[in-house]
Amino acid sequence: MSEIKNFLYLNRRAPYGTIYAWESLEVVLIGAAFDQKVSLLFADDGVYQLVKGQDTPGIQMKNFSATYRTLGDYGVRYMYVDRKSLQDRGLTEDDLMQVAWEDMESDDAVDNIVEVIDSAKAAEVLAGADVVFSF
Amino acid sequence: MKLAIQINEGPYQHQASDTAYHFTKAALEKGHEVFRVFFYHDGVYNSSRLTTPPQDDRNIVNRWAELAAKYNLDMVVCVAAAQRRGIVDEGEAKRNGKDATNIHPNFRISGLGQLIEAAIQSERLVVFGD
Repeated sequence: MSEIKNFLYLNRRAPYGTIYAWESLEVVLIGAAFDQKVSLLFADDGVYQLVKGQDTPGIQMKNFSATYRTLGDYGVRYMYVDRKSLQDRGLTEDDLMQVAWEDMESDDAVDNIVEVIDSAKAAEVLAGADVVFSF
Repeated sequence: MKLAIQINEGPYQHQASDTAYHFTKAALEKGHEVFRVFFYHDGVYNSSRLTTPPQDDRNIVNRWAELAAKYNLDMVVCVAAAQRRGIVDEGEAKRNGKDATNIHPNFRISGLGQLIEAAIQSERLVVFGD
């Protein structure tokens, strides 16, 4: 298994209401062990997954939003957010959590790998992926 | 071409498993290789041998099982998704103190690493679901 592929996780659903977001995150966490190039793209209701200040006890659901902030430690280098999906939902970049990334070997570091992108860039990201996991 | 198949929805409720079955069968008949079929989310329900549809309807579980037997298909059910939803083999029953099993013997329960590996090893990962 020496080949390195571009993995893209496409997240299109709200974090609660269905289990897709959480079970997608489980794939990302497990997949880290395989040392591939990993990006996430959040679009449609999937942008809600990254919203700050999630408060879930009222619906008796585990609040797993803190896990997104650790993804930089799980080999995730890019977290793209579709700008139009944000705008359509009355959200801005300020509503989103920040995720830091650091390369243990080279000491490269990025304060925030969450990046709001337009549709043309999203299309580019999708086209550049070898594998798209769609959740 | 070498393919990996992922199924994210349960049987009967949703068309994903039917479409995946027809796609997989057609691909195999055309001589393509299917590296693995991976069942995730509610897709794990496609492996219950207790499934009992009306006699005049298709039996989705048996249909997968027969295809697997014919082509020696590797059909893997995600362990974390299966535990949540009560899909159990003997090992899981023992480990979790359950009094029964329900998985069809042509499926096996394993981890998400099997999905990642399938995506790496195959030329295409084809996902069936919403």
